Amino acid sequence: MPQVLELDQVSKDYPAHRAVNGVSLNVGRGEFFSLLGPSGCGKTTTLRMVAGFEDPTTGQIRLNGAGIEHLKPYQRNVSTVFQNYALFPHLTVQQNVEFGLRRRAENHIGQRVRQVLELVQLTGKESRYPAQLSGGERQRVALARSLVLEPDVLLLDEPLSALDPNLRKQVRAELKNIQRQTGITFLFVTHDQEEALSLSDRLGVMNGGELQQVGTPQDLYLRPRTHFVASFLGLVNWIDGVGVRPEATRVTKQPAQAGARSLPARVVQSIFLGNCVHVEARMDAGQTVVAEVSRLGESFSEGEAVDVWWQPGDELTFE
Amino acid sequence: MKRIGLKRAPLAIYAVLAYLFLHLPLAILSAFSFNASRFTIWQGFSLHWYRAAFQDQQLTQAAWNSLIIAVFATAVSTVIGTLCAYGFWKRSSPVLAGSLYLSLVTPEIVSGISLLAFFQWVFRFLRVHLGMHTVILAHVSFSIAYVVIVVMARLRTVDGQLEEAALDLGANEWQAFRYVTLPAILPGVIAAALLAFTVSFDDYVITSMVAGVDSETLPMVIYAIARRGVNPVVNAISALIFVAFGALILVSERLREK
Amino acid sequence: MKRLRAWFLAPTWAVMLCLFVAPLCIILAYSLLTRGTWGGISRPWSIESYQRLADPIYLGILWRSFWIAGAATILCLLLGFPLALFISRSGKRKNLYLSLVILPFWTSFLVRTYAWMFLLRDTGLINTVLQKLGLIHDPLPLLYNDGAVILGLVYGYLPFMVLPLYAALERLDRNLLEAAADLGAKPWVALTRVVIPLSAPGIRAGTILVFIPCLGAYLTPDLLGGGKTVMIGNLIQNQFTTARDWPFGSAVSLTLMAIVLVLLLAFVRREEGGLV
Repeated sequence: MPQVLELDQVSKDYPAHRAVNGVSLNVGRGEFFSLLGPSGCGKTTTLRMVAGFEDPTTGQIRLNGAGIEHLKPYQRNVSTVFQNYALFPHLTVQQNVEFGLRRRAENHIGQRVRQVLELVQLTGKESRYPAQLSGGERQRVALARSLVLEPDVLLLDEPLSALDPNLRKQVRAELKNIQRQTGITFLFVTHDQEEALSLSDRLGVMNGGELQQVGTPQDLYLRPRTHFVASFLGLVNWIDGVGVRPEATRVTKQPAQAGARSLPARVVQSIFLGNCVHVEARMDAGQTVVAEVSRLGESFSEGEAVDVWWQPGDELTFE
Repeated sequence: MKRIGLKRAPLAIYAVLAYLFLHLPLAILSAFSFNASRFTIWQGFSLHWYRAAFQDQQLTQAAWNSLIIAVFATAVSTVIGTLCAYGFWKRSSPVLAGSLYLSLVTPEIVSGISLLAFFQWVFRFLRVHLGMHTVILAHVSFSIAYVVIVVMARLRTVDGQLEEAALDLGANEWQAFRYVTLPAILPGVIAAALLAFTVSFDDYVITSMVAGVDSETLPMVIYAIARRGVNPVVNAISALIFVAFGALILVSERLREK
Repeated sequence: MKRLRAWFLAPTWAVMLCLFVAPLCIILAYSLLTRGTWGGISRPWSIESYQRLADPIYLGILWRSFWIAGAATILCLLLGFPLALFISRSGKRKNLYLSLVILPFWTSFLVRTYAWMFLLRDTGLINTVLQKLGLIHDPLPLLYNDGAVILGLVYGYLPFMVLPLYAALERLDRNLLEAAADLGAKPWVALTRVVIPLSAPGIRAGTILVFIPCLGAYLTPDLLGGGKTVMIGNLIQNQFTTARDWPFGSAVSLTLMAIVLVLLLAFVRREEGGLV
């Protein structure tokens, strides 16, 4: 896959701290790539350096092989969808979307705007102002405004975080759909691991300015290379230096399967989550583990003596 | 919400009295501008004093001068002040901000005499005298601070990320200002201009010190008449100024809220 | 981006340097020179002008200016606080009531000062009405005294007190008043123990915004004080016109500036913001 975006040992220093520390990554053309991490990990700063709003202290940023780190934002063929959308309040939807095209004095503006509005399902709302739109609609305008320019990379800065939670899943699916349809390379920044895992072709986990691991969602979830990556992508039971995911952790009142590692424990509580049940059990050594069990299976009550067990193959090991 | 604290009634009565205190003097002044007689006893309605005002050569010339000065001073100070506020918005400059603030608190008489001294000193090298241009320069110097305050207040309501978005979409810095920020602050800029206009038109102290023989302004004439005693012509002019300024300021306030 | 920003600020720098800083430097120089034979300035350099300020006459004017400005400020505070309180509690009509305060302020200071001449003079409205009602025989000397000046200053600068007071009262958390009531405080107690102390920043701002212009007032004492050298402003103007003693006038001006700066530094705190 040809690399459209390359970051080569990119760092960003501020007077008080180092926000980004030696980040290197490649994004292939047409890929949906996510940068995942907690707030303050440097993912947004990295994105802004690609966009051109911050200058890297050291390192190179290459777009289609050419270095761009010294170029102004308007000289780069990348476009950003901001977290708060940054729609121009005094312009209509139509005027917002065509803004970039007008600066370039391109042809067929009307037609291209029409097409992209169809893509984001906003046909008919061209003459509305941002204040008259819902949050979800505003997000789609922001998306359309950047998509219509057909950038080499589309940068998305936590675009779903300002939406209502119930809207997010739906918009997520639409976003993935649009990316597949247009084939534009997406660089997506988020702190929500569910978003990153479900949307990305590949993702990178950042913490404290450093890129800890890059890979496919399966890679990172099943074979995390650090404790941080393991914990950030989902719950982990840490038992005697070994990590096991709750869905791989079993609790039974009967003895465990052959070949499994097993430890005795007592049930602390059983939490009903709707689609499954989390059983918290405290082991003799004192740690609490969480096992995910089907709500259709056994039920457990407080104080019951159980066996906690898992298959060695489900253990998370770190090189 | 249940009202907690002092009872409303006494406070409201006080407020009425306070507003009367603020507005009655001007209302009475305006009312007596229609008085047929020059004495403070009402002797019938008349527009005599208004006619006298419009027919007075000195008055109309001075009003015209004031208008020209105000227009030029406003234009220059609004442009310079808006650019300054925009510069401050990007990154503050404490020294410049401090000197603007200082120019606001400097007593007018001190500004006036210092500008006079400055002009006199400069005129030793150029063959110029005090005149309309010195008044305009003086007005620009004290108006800029007002413009900066009003436009800054407006800029604070503008999302800084909008200019970033504009740059991101392909606009350069000037285009970002012109197509995104300027439309957003335009009501504030106009409000600032109106403010600068009224401040310039009304100025007496500084103007009187730096005006030349041929550049008498309306406030200077009003002052001269008022010094000699009460003259109903001044009532008439005052009423006109009151209405005109009142309208300008109302428009300015509307724009600032938009 | 930095270069662009410099262009935006350059014109203002130019204006401030040429038309504000330079003039002040010039009168600083003047204040250290001597009065010329026909007025104006001449060598030698001396601090005689500043020394002259110690003369009881001038100290008297300085003292008079302080007490007039102080009286005006206190009156503004006493009159303005209840008004600001009223506006901050008037719910939906806040903006209307605020505009009614701002409106007279922005319509010609000269006109508003003249209005009091019209009302207060011997043949002015107040005396005429009182005489007509038979309450007095001879007109009361309401004009051309310190009281008239104070009245004129209060009238002119009351909005400068009301606005910051209103802003401070606006920011007051209503929950605090509810808490006070909940703890048993009567309205008056809540006012003196909660509201007033918490509006201290507004009181400070209003005091400075009124006192400083009043101290340096020229027009009001000139028109309403009757042409005598009532306050510092009049003294300064006098030196540059009638007395033609520029060095002394400059010295008095700079002394006034120094007083203003000291007051500002003493009163203005950084957190309360400023111009930018």
